[in-house]
Amino acid sequence: MPDGLPNDGLVIVAKRDCPTCVLIEPVMQSLDRAGPLAVISQDDPTFPAGVGQVIDDHDLERSFRFNIEAVPTLIRLKGGREVERTVGWDRAEWTRLAGAAASGDGLPAWQPGCGSKSVEPGVHETLVARYGDTGLKARAIAVGEWDDPIEACFERGWSDGLPVVPPTDDRILRMLGGTERKPDEVVGNIPPNLAPCTVEKVAINAVMAGCKPEYMPVVLGVLEAALDPLFVLHGLLCTTHFSGPLVIINGPAAKAIGMNSGVNALGQGNRANATIGRALQLIVRNVGGGLPGGMDRATLGNPGKYTFCFAEDESDPDWEPLAQRRGIAAGKSAVTLFHGEGVNGFIDQKSRTPEELIRSLAMGLFGVGHPKLCLAGNAVLVLAPEHYKIFKDGGFNRRRIEDELYKALKRPGSELIRGAQNIAEGMPPSFADKMVDKFQPDGLLIVRAGGEAGLFSAIIGGWPGQSVRDECQSVTHEIR
Amino acid sequence: MNIALKLRDPTAETSPTRRARLAPPPSVAGKSVALMDIGKARGSEFIDRLEGHFKKAGVATRRYRKPTNTKVAPTDLLQKIAAENQLAVIALSD
Repeated sequence: MPDGLPNDGLVIVAKRDCPTCVLIEPVMQSLDRAGPLAVISQDDPTFPAGVGQVIDDHDLERSFRFNIEAVPTLIRLKGGREVERTVGWDRAEWTRLAGAAASGDGLPAWQPGCGSKSVEPGVHETLVARYGDTGLKARAIAVGEWDDPIEACFERGWSDGLPVVPPTDDRILRMLGGTERKPDEVVGNIPPNLAPCTVEKVAINAVMAGCKPEYMPVVLGVLEAALDPLFVLHGLLCTTHFSGPLVIINGPAAKAIGMNSGVNALGQGNRANATIGRALQLIVRNVGGGLPGGMDRATLGNPGKYTFCFAEDESDPDWEPLAQRRGIAAGKSAVTLFHGEGVNGFIDQKSRTPEELIRSLAMGLFGVGHPKLCLAGNAVLVLAPEHYKIFKDGGFNRRRIEDELYKALKRPGSELIRGAQNIAEGMPPSFADKMVDKFQPDGLLIVRAGGEAGLFSAIIGGWPGQSVRDECQSVTHEIR
Repeated sequence: MNIALKLRDPTAETSPTRRARLAPPPSVAGKSVALMDIGKARGSEFIDRLEGHFKKAGVATRRYRKPTNTKVAPTDLLQKIAAENQLAVIALSD
């Protein structure tokens, strides 16, 4: 055979790093004397010693083409084609396949082999990208040998302004390995261009965002939730308002991929938090064509439009997590998407009873959007542990906190109508004789997160689009 | 181009892989044109001729020159050209 393999004879794939391969070095020498034999050596072309035809397979191409999963693997070729193989060391199998020269006198009768270098984590996908059929359908973009691939991504407009990970075939294949869904499955049509988005396109953008493959089920779940018509992703993208998608993850998936719900949960530093939110935004940008200054008409935007994603702290069994509150069964993973405008820090270091803290929080929540505007946008209240402890110690669970805040967030319309308090902004005059709720029913989402120290909470204001409750709401979806 | 790497397109693939050149302006009236001498032999003659044509047409020009023809123009020079002009002509020679 042109590549050094015998047309009719034996091939052994081995590596020096495998004790079983080292153990059977005398067997390989014996088979070489009986011939013809070629040994494909994965990690050291001087191993095995005393064999005439050792093929250096540092690049693992031959191991890949033989589909080797473990070493040593003994293969019999006939007419240049494989007719039989055995894996590991098993005297009975080796002598049956290769004759008495493979008896290995003095060796144990059996010893398992080691994993092939060609199937080590991440390696297989690289080999498929180099030597196999990737099956990828997305258009290939060539980058010159003197070009920086990260700069090439910037030049093509694929970035949100921060460097992206260049989407190479091996990275995309690894990312696709994080889901059982088929690469050509269409997840949905991405606004504003309503372009169909396949799982493969999701994987490409997830690579660019910096995701790990195990994030893929969450990224796909986030995207599906974002495409729920009730979330109105198109409108959120087009708005002049500050808002962008805020992603809250509940359930075992958050823990499995190491999401942060503790110290600095709304800040930087956690890969899953950072990249899952970013992946969604890159998909909207790249697949949907939603570009700032194009369809994205935000007057100011907010930093969360790079990424805004965190997990809820579910460590207290007395606390009903947000996803369960919104109808997801306990033990399931879920994503909640909210139209968030950014974090407003809320400080109260003096309240000691739930009643005091409810009144104080309500005062802060009235400020969402504008203190005189009601039913014009909802909010997320992120309770940090020390504020939550006040409620818990006072016997307030989630439902009680929600009920008490709902009551505390009513105000006389006479104080809110346009012109009242000598401020032009406000509610229409028709509200003058009513008690007015600040938020829509179920419009205040309460979630627990944050570090142990700090009598703080965070208020994340919503989007005025939420005022049309039948058409636009937060959504919660189970992650499949 | 020697290809070193192949990336996969993250977009909906509705635009060509080669980016279209910027369309020429409908008119040069009222614009300032940078005339950039890249420093190669006789490039300045070409720039002189262009400058004359622009002058006749009543178009403002500003001249610039690369410090050396063997390296790309320094960033501050490119920023200066972009800040002071709307159009640029880069002289070629040889």
